[in-house]
Amino acid sequence: MATGSFATSGADLELVGIQKRFPGFTAIEHLDLVIPAGSFFALLGPSGCGKTTTLRLVAGLEDPTRGSILIGGEDVTHRKPFQRPVNTVFQSYALFPHMTVLENVAFGLRRRKMAKPLELAQEALELVELEHLASRKPTQLSGGQQQRVALARAVVNRPALLLLDEPLGALDLKLRRQMQLELKSIQEEVGLTFLHVTHDQEEAMTMADTVAVMNKGRIEQLGAPEDLYELPHTAFVANFLGQSNLFTGPVLEATSHAIAVEVAGTRVLVPKARARKHSGEVTVGIRPEKLRLLTEAPPTTAGVNTLGPGTVTDVSFSGVSTQYQVDVPGADSVTVFAQNLDFGPVVTPGTEVWVSWKVDHGFGLEDSASEEAKFAPELDTATIAVQAKRDLAAELEVS
Amino acid sequence: MAFAAFATGTAKEQAPRRKSRIALLLLLPGILYMMLFFLVPLVSLVMTSLQAPVEFGDIGEYETAFRWENYVVAISTYGEHILRSFGYALMATIFALLFSYPLAYFIGVKARPWPLLQKLMLVMVIAPFFISFLLRTLAWKSLLSDEGFLVSSLKALSLMAPDAHFTGTGAAVVFGLTYNFIPFMTLPLYANLERLDTRLVEAGGDLYARPATTFFKVTVPLSMPGIVSGVLLTFIPAAGDYINASPQFLGGPSTAMIGNVIESNFLVTNNYPAAASLSIILMAVILVMVVVYIKRSGTEDLL
Amino acid sequence: MSTQEARILSEAVTDRTATARRGRIGFGSWVLPVYAFVALVFLAIPIAYTFVFSFNDALKSNVVWRGFTLNNWTNVCAKIEVCEAFGNSLVIGVVATVIATTLGTMIAIALVRYRFRARSQISLLLFLPMATPEVVLGAALAAEFLTAGVQKGIGTIIIAHTMFCISFVVVAVKSRVSTLDPALEEAGRDLYGSPAQVFWRVTFPLLLPGIIAAALLSFALSFDDFIITNFNAGTTSTFPKFIYISAARGIPAEANVIASAVFFLAIILVLITQISAEARRKRLEKEGK
Repeated sequence: MATGSFATSGADLELVGIQKRFPGFTAIEHLDLVIPAGSFFALLGPSGCGKTTTLRLVAGLEDPTRGSILIGGEDVTHRKPFQRPVNTVFQSYALFPHMTVLENVAFGLRRRKMAKPLELAQEALELVELEHLASRKPTQLSGGQQQRVALARAVVNRPALLLLDEPLGALDLKLRRQMQLELKSIQEEVGLTFLHVTHDQEEAMTMADTVAVMNKGRIEQLGAPEDLYELPHTAFVANFLGQSNLFTGPVLEATSHAIAVEVAGTRVLVPKARARKHSGEVTVGIRPEKLRLLTEAPPTTAGVNTLGPGTVTDVSFSGVSTQYQVDVPGADSVTVFAQNLDFGPVVTPGTEVWVSWKVDHGFGLEDSASEEAKFAPELDTATIAVQAKRDLAAELEVS
Repeated sequence: MAFAAFATGTAKEQAPRRKSRIALLLLLPGILYMMLFFLVPLVSLVMTSLQAPVEFGDIGEYETAFRWENYVVAISTYGEHILRSFGYALMATIFALLFSYPLAYFIGVKARPWPLLQKLMLVMVIAPFFISFLLRTLAWKSLLSDEGFLVSSLKALSLMAPDAHFTGTGAAVVFGLTYNFIPFMTLPLYANLERLDTRLVEAGGDLYARPATTFFKVTVPLSMPGIVSGVLLTFIPAAGDYINASPQFLGGPSTAMIGNVIESNFLVTNNYPAAASLSIILMAVILVMVVVYIKRSGTEDLL
Repeated sequence: MSTQEARILSEAVTDRTATARRGRIGFGSWVLPVYAFVALVFLAIPIAYTFVFSFNDALKSNVVWRGFTLNNWTNVCAKIEVCEAFGNSLVIGVVATVIATTLGTMIAIALVRYRFRARSQISLLLFLPMATPEVVLGAALAAEFLTAGVQKGIGTIIIAHTMFCISFVVVAVKSRVSTLDPALEEAGRDLYGSPAQVFWRVTFPLLLPGIIAAALLSFALSFDDFIITNFNAGTTSTFPKFIYISAARGIPAEANVIASAVFFLAIILVLITQISAEARRKRLEKEGK
């Protein structure tokens, strides 16, 4: 399949029961994933969550311990990387320093013995608007240009599936924004399936149709970016994608459409449809920008939750909005983002305030905040590799 | 330099791979070669060192035995040469270090703003490598001979006694060893000093250390790996050298080093067991000194 | 040889002292450059001597200056033994270099890229020859050939030279392999390169500078080796062995010619690579801006 012809369109990618163990640790516990053809799919997670391993498994650079990988319905689990209709844009770009830009782009075409490799390569360079640099060596290009060459080198092969391994990580913010848009438009233009691995939530949200949030070798939640943001299922997702205020308390009562949770001595309502758990201890979350800051105790209104009174402990002004930190007895410190509709902050530290939000904006998590709220930065990939290397060395030493 | 290259930690830690079959194929020919032509010969050398002369045999005929007294004989006969070898090598190493350190410091630190000058000076440091070892030693012999310009002017100025010689003395041998192994000392020192972070030296000055104090408390300790490599690369070949000490070159009748004795026993008098036991002694002493030296200078990770 | 370099150097040195003078005239600012200059001149003395005496109108022994001639250069092979020895050295150097570079490169790749048992023992096996005095290496191999009853000659010299060159090749190539980004080879595999294609089109070209450096080092070591050769040569002559043997009765000036020619060839090679590398670096820097 890989030799002699282009993939006519993107293909489905299916991961079935994948497990990947390295000596001494497990990178992926159990992974089932279907990425439909033509979609832009992002795997989002912190360093060491297993997202890069997943990508390397799909590329064929690692072999899964268990499970199978299907591309376009065909089992490729035991195919070598060069036999798979998959191309990768590497994190470091991995451009061949001893070849010109054009030869770099033509490399895959030549290996597959395609007709007119240089012409196709030239076209691919036009796609990324670098045709004028075709005869340069990669070291003579800027970071952004290198990234585009790496993209052209992968796209020119018309793979059924294009893998992007944090390709924008090395670029500065402005260039990254620009490249994000370019990538997105190229994907729409060529209609491939993109699998994008990143730890940058903003990058994942702006580019991908579907985002899967990975943590500790498994997928925590998968969905459209806005769904993930508005309705996170776990504390990890709630905190990794944006910020959340989380309150844990026992369920006092459950009606047909809502549950009531006791938080700081107050009843807080969450729509049943937006809660993953309806009994026992439940963690309720609310995004800081959905909170309203009130300087007087509000009258009890249906459809609105209120906490307070609390004390403002910190005010930080950032132009468009102001972030307030409010200490509510019985609950943790609450963060409120308020748009600066008026001039500057409306309250000062020490002021007594209430916070309120619409019941419809809250969400109930399936796990508890205390388990996941403090996001522990895990080992990064390099550390894991080094650790694995040591373990393997030790293992060989013993045997 | 060469020693440091065997350090275990590489700049880029790489993910583990297990394809032992390919590794085996890659390693096998070279390792077999080294076994056959390095390890086996060493064993063969040990065996030879224990041989006994064949009874009523010709000169150079020996048979397998376990004559440990060969070593006793070797040490008692050639103890003086062994000591002299290490003495000369030690002196040459110290002189080479004193000569090379400022040179390497200048090339590696002071000349940093001029990379081309750095490269040219480095080429000049290794230039002696490109002219025959023997010819450059002979060149010194001619230059330092009694008829040579230097010695005759010194004699004319009465700075040297009229009947004194330079060639043929221990001083000449140490001089030759020093000269010949200077590049081995300078290169690892340069490689180390070139990476010296000058901000650390500035920090030393900032923290009220005088230049001399900074040099001995900051620069020298930081360049220790370079010093260790350079000392080993100079000392080992110097201790085993027999060109400089040979009477045809810079030495005289009373400057013979262990290398000269090994050579004459092996190639001239065909006393193989003596040559072999001396070689083993030389190697053993060097290995012990290397290990002790590396341990004491705190750079074990060099090996 | 050193005149041109010496001029560049002295210019640079005066330039340096001039810069320093603008600031403050310190003791340390000129002592070190002057010392470096003198030290480099000292290192060049025997080279200059050998070169100058290659033009000596010498009789049997080339010690006393008897006048200038070009005869030695135009009739290098007048002393047939010199040329024969030189030819032998070339053959030995080339063959030993090819074998040692091949075997050493394979070992270097395996050491960096693969994990296996006995790794540290193998490293030790490769390190030991470099920590062993040449006399011992030579005597040990000679003892083996003696025990095995092998006739010494050009073959045994090649075996001996290959042996001590392998370790140096491993060191030189290993450092190159370990700086090679594994992602480059992964990219090659990802872009439909079979393992053989990836090796020959990606890995090998990227290792080539290291391999060439290792081969040059290996050739230089072999070409100039005397001690190990002396133990394993039998009656075969090499260039250093020829000089050693004739040292007693006088070195013919033709030997100086060959040594000088080899020297200049090597220096020119080194200078070209160094300067072109420097020029490339400068160009890249400029384009980077």
